[in-house]
Amino acid sequence: MNIKDIFINLEYGPAPEDAKRAKDWLKENGQKFSHFINGEFTKPKNLFPTTNPANGEELAKISNGTKEDIVLAVKGAKAAFNEWSALSGFERAKYLYAIARNIQKNARLFAVLETLDNGKPIRESRDADIPLAIRHFYYHAGFAQHIDNKFPDYEPIGVCGQIIPWNFPLLMLAWKIAPALAAGNTIILKPAEFTPLSALLFAQICQEIGLPKGVVNIVTGDGTTGSFIVEHEDIKKIAFTGSTKVGKIIREKTAGSNKALSLELGGKSPFLVFENADIDSAIEGVVDAIWFNQGEVCCAGSRLLVQESIYDIFIKKLKARMNKLRVGNPLDKSTDIGSLADISQVKRVQSMLAKGLKQGGTEFSAKVKIPNHGCFIAPTLISDISPSNLLFTEEIFGPIIVAMSFRTPNEAVALANNSIFGLAASIWSEDINLALDMAPKIKAGVVWINSATQFDASVGFGGYKQSGFGREGGYEGMLAYLKPKFTKQLTIQTKENKISSKKSILRKIDNIDKTAKLFIGGKQVRPDGGYCKNIYGANDQLIGQISIGNRKDIRNGVEAARKALDWGNKTTHLRAQILYYLAENLDYRKREFSARLCEMSNISPIKANKEVELSIRRLFAFAGMADKFDGKIHSPPIRAIALAMNEPIGVIGICAPNEAPLLGAISLIAPAIAMGNPIVLIPSEDKPFAMSDFYQIIETSDVPSGVINIITGEKNELSMVLAEHDGVDAIWFAGSKEQSKQIEKATIHNLKQSWVSNGLNYDWYDSKIMESDYFLTKATQVKNIWVPYGV
Amino acid sequence: MALNMIEKNDDILKRNPGFALDIDWLKRIKMNRSALERRAKEIVTRRTVKKQYQAAWLLKAISLIDLTSLNGDDTDGRIKRLCAKAKQPVRRDILEKLRVEDLEIKPAAICIYYPFIKTALKELEGTNIPIAVVSTAFPHGLAPFATKLAEIELSVKAGAKEIDIVIERRFVLLGQWHELYQQVKAYRKAAKEAHLKTILATGELATQENIAKASLVCMMAGADFIKTSTGKEKTNANLVTSLTMVRMIRDFYERTGIKIGFKPAGGISSAKDALSYMFLMKEELGNDWLEPNLFRFGASSLLTDIERQLEHCATGRYGVDYYQPLV
Repeated sequence: MNIKDIFINLEYGPAPEDAKRAKDWLKENGQKFSHFINGEFTKPKNLFPTTNPANGEELAKISNGTKEDIVLAVKGAKAAFNEWSALSGFERAKYLYAIARNIQKNARLFAVLETLDNGKPIRESRDADIPLAIRHFYYHAGFAQHIDNKFPDYEPIGVCGQIIPWNFPLLMLAWKIAPALAAGNTIILKPAEFTPLSALLFAQICQEIGLPKGVVNIVTGDGTTGSFIVEHEDIKKIAFTGSTKVGKIIREKTAGSNKALSLELGGKSPFLVFENADIDSAIEGVVDAIWFNQGEVCCAGSRLLVQESIYDIFIKKLKARMNKLRVGNPLDKSTDIGSLADISQVKRVQSMLAKGLKQGGTEFSAKVKIPNHGCFIAPTLISDISPSNLLFTEEIFGPIIVAMSFRTPNEAVALANNSIFGLAASIWSEDINLALDMAPKIKAGVVWINSATQFDASVGFGGYKQSGFGREGGYEGMLAYLKPKFTKQLTIQTKENKISSKKSILRKIDNIDKTAKLFIGGKQVRPDGGYCKNIYGANDQLIGQISIGNRKDIRNGVEAARKALDWGNKTTHLRAQILYYLAENLDYRKREFSARLCEMSNISPIKANKEVELSIRRLFAFAGMADKFDGKIHSPPIRAIALAMNEPIGVIGICAPNEAPLLGAISLIAPAIAMGNPIVLIPSEDKPFAMSDFYQIIETSDVPSGVINIITGEKNELSMVLAEHDGVDAIWFAGSKEQSKQIEKATIHNLKQSWVSNGLNYDWYDSKIMESDYFLTKATQVKNIWVPYGV
Repeated sequence: MALNMIEKNDDILKRNPGFALDIDWLKRIKMNRSALERRAKEIVTRRTVKKQYQAAWLLKAISLIDLTSLNGDDTDGRIKRLCAKAKQPVRRDILEKLRVEDLEIKPAAICIYYPFIKTALKELEGTNIPIAVVSTAFPHGLAPFATKLAEIELSVKAGAKEIDIVIERRFVLLGQWHELYQQVKAYRKAAKEAHLKTILATGELATQENIAKASLVCMMAGADFIKTSTGKEKTNANLVTSLTMVRMIRDFYERTGIKIGFKPAGGISSAKDALSYMFLMKEELGNDWLEPNLFRFGASSLLTDIERQLEHCATGRYGVDYYQPLV
C-alpha cells in the first residue's frame, strides 16, 4: 500500500518484531536440545519437535526425558543440596541477582523466543512475561538474603520437583525457581512439552553465571516425564501448575508420601461489574481479563457478571470494543491476540463452544480478520448464559467469555461463588464500601478491585477450592518452599494405639449411668445407626459406652458445620472471647477431666493433670492468637496496595490422635476455630470420653451451634467419609501412615487441603511447637486483594 | 470482514445544535484513574506504525495541527513566519522523495491572538487555511462576561473561522454546572458560524471526574470541540485526561448522534507523541476522529519533529532539527 492510500485509510500495517537473533540462537544450538542436568547439557535423544503454533514451523527438536534422566537429575540435585542450603543468604542472593540481571540483559531474546514457541503476542512477552519473571528473581534475591531473619523456625525442604504449563513458560519457571532457590532448595524443573525453549535458554544462563552444578536441573519432556518426577521418592516437594485434572492425579500419587505439595490449577474467575463502576474502564478490564494471552490464563476473568441495570449497554459497548481487537501474527507489535499454543487447544475450545451453545447462550464473535492458518480463534462473547451451561461451569482456556446479569450484591456473590474453582475475581465499582464488602465474600485467592490480571512477585497468587492450594509470590509464597525445623525430628510411631481386644471385667456401678451421644449442630444427639460400643479403660475395665456414629452422622455434622460458616465472619475478638471461655470452663472441671483421663488409660494422675492443664493453656494460646494472626499489606510496584488477608478455609474435618485424647483434640480444634473454621471432630477412638465430656464445656461457653461438631465411632471409617465429603474444605488427620495415605487419596474429589501425621509422633505436649503458627497457617488461606487508588 | 472498516464521514458535518443541561447524566459519570492510566499506557504499546505507514500517519498528523503561536511577545513578524510555515509545512525535497506532493499537506489551522488576525489573513490568502483565535480572556478566562462575549464577536468579525474559548475553572471546582453551561452556550451563540473549541484547562480541574463532567457540560452547551489545555497550565495535555475526554465524546455521540471534536494541546512536541494520540483516537473513537474536522493538535514545535521523522522516512538517514525551516 502506498503512502497516499494509507493517508486516506489510516491502517496500521505490519510491524513485525525481528526474530533473527532468536532463530540464530536456535541454529547455534543445532536446533536440537537436551536436558540440563547437574550443570551440563546431556546428549539430545528421544527427540520430538517444538513448533511455532502461529505458522506450524518447527523451531527445534527437544529431548523427551526418561526415568533415567530424572534419576540422574535428582541425584545431582540431592548432591548439591547440602552445599547450596548451607550457603549464606547473601551468597544465594548473589546468584539470584545474577539470574535476574542476565535475563534482563537478554530480555528481548527471551521475549521473541517465548512468542515463537507459545504464540503469544510480542507485546505481552515483551511487556509482561519477561519483566515479571525478572522482577521475580530480584524480589527473591532479597528473600534469599533475609531468610534466617524472616523465617527463623524454618528450613529448606530439599529437592523440589516442579512441573509448569505452556501458557507462561518463563514466568511460571520464575515463579517456581526463584522462591525455591531463595529458600535453599535444589530443583528439577520440567517445562511444558509445547514450550520448552525459554527454559533451555534459562539453563544456559544458569551455566553462564556459574550456578553450582545440580542446583537447577531442567528436564524437558511430556506428561510421562512429569510422572517420573512426581513418583521419585527423593523429591520432597512437588509444585505443579496446570489443569485440575492432572493436579488431582498428582495429589493421588503423592498421597501419604510426606511430599510437600502445592497446586496451582484451573479457574473460572468471575468479573463483576456494578452499576456504579467506570463502565468504559471495566470494558478495558474485560480485555485484560480474558483476551490477555488468548484467554489461556488460569486466572482469566471468564465469567462476566454485570448488574442488570447496565447489562444491555455494557454488552453493547463490549461488542464494539471486541471489534477493535487485532488477531494475528504474534510477532507483530500491533497484535492484541496471538495464536493459541497448539492445534489441540484450538480443537478443544471449539468443541466446548459447540457443545455449550447447544445448551444455550447467544454467541457474538468479534468482526475481526483472522489468519487462515495457525491456531487462531476470534474473541468471542457468549451472553445470556445460564449457570448450568458448561461454558459457565468449565474452564475453556481460550478467548471466550460468558456473560450474565445479576440484581443485587448478594446475588453477585452467590453467582461468583457458584463454581468448583476459586482462583481469582475482579470487582468493578467506584463505591469503596461495596467493593470492600464483596472482596472477602468471594471465594478466590486473588481479588482485583477495579483492575484485572495484575501480578507481582511481592503478592501471593494461588487458589481456593479446586483451583488448588499453596501460594506463589510474597511472604506466603516462601512458606511453600520451607518446612518447620521441628518436623525433621519427628519419629515414627512405633506402638499402634490398638484397641484392646481383651474381654473385660464388668464395670462397677457406683454412679448414675451416663449416655455419651454425638454433638451435632449444638445439640447432643443419638447416633443415626442406634448402636453403641463398650469402651475399656485402664486394666481393661469397662468404663462405659460410646455412640457409634455412621456416615449419616458425618453428613449431619458437616451440614451443621456448613450452616455455621458465618463463624468466619464473626469478629476475631468474639472468637477469642469464646476460646477463652472454653478454657475457663474447662478449668472449672480440671479434676473431673483428669480423673477421666486416668480412667481411660494407664497414665499417672500427674500426667493426666498435665494434659488437662496444657489443654487449658492451648485454648488460651489460640484465643490469644485469634485476633493476632492477621494478614499483611504488600507493596507491588504500581500505585496500589495488596491486602493479604488470612481467611478461614471453611469446614475442617479433624481426626484427633488416639493418644492424648483431650490435648490432641484440643490442639487441633483450637487453631481451627480461632481462625474461623467450623469443625467436625472425630475423637480418639479408644479413649473418646475426654471429648464426649467436653460437650458440656462447649454448651456452657457460648460456642455458636454447629461450630464444633463431634462424632465418635470407628475412626478409619468415619475419617474416610469426612475425607470424601465435598462439603469439607480441609481435613486434618492424626493417625497411621497407611490411613494417612488413604485420607490424602480421598481428598481428590474436591481437592480439599490436607494435613496428615503420616504415622509420625507429633508431641502434643510440646507447647512451643503446638502453639506456634504451624496449625494456624494450615487453618487459613491467604487472599490477596489488589486495591489500586488515585483520584 | 475487513479489520479496519473505513467509516463514512457522511454525518460529521452535522453541527452540534446544543442540548439541555442534563444533571442526571453528569451524576452517573464515574472515572477510575488507575484504570484510565493503565489503558492510556497500553494504547501506546498495543499499536505502532512502521515504514510507509509511519510516513502516511505523520503526514496526516501535520494536517491535524493547529499551528500555534500564543505568546505574550508575539509580533506581526513572528506570525508571518508562522503563516509561511503553514503554507509549506514540509520541505519540498522530502515531499518529493515520499511522492506525496499532490497531497498538498497543510496544517488544519493556525491559532493566534486577536491582534494578529489581519496579518494572518493577508499571509494566508488563497490557502484555505482557517484562522483560529483564542478568546474570552485566554488563558485564565476571568474577564467580565460582557468583555469576553465582545472578544468573540470582534474576533469573528475580523475573520476568525474558529474560536478557542477558555472556561472558568471555578465553575467546575464548585460544581456550578448551570453557570458553566450558560456561559458556554452564550459563547457559542456569539461565535455564530465560527466553530467553538472549549478549553477545559484540565491541569486545573483536579480530578478525572471533573474533567469528564466539564467535557459533557461543554458539549451539551453546544461546543464543536473540547480541548484539553491552554498550554499555560502546569499540566498540559496527556493521554490519561485525553482518554477521559475522548470517552465522554463517545458517550455523547452514542446518546445524541452528534460527533464532537477533540483537541489536545500543550506539550505535544514529538512525532511519537502525536502518533500516540492518533492511536488513542482510532482505538477509542474510530477513523472519523482522525480528520481535521474532528481532531486537532494544538502545537508548534511538534511540526519540526514530524518533519525530521519524515526526512528519515524519505532518506533512511536521521536528520537534525536545524535542517527543518523554523516555525
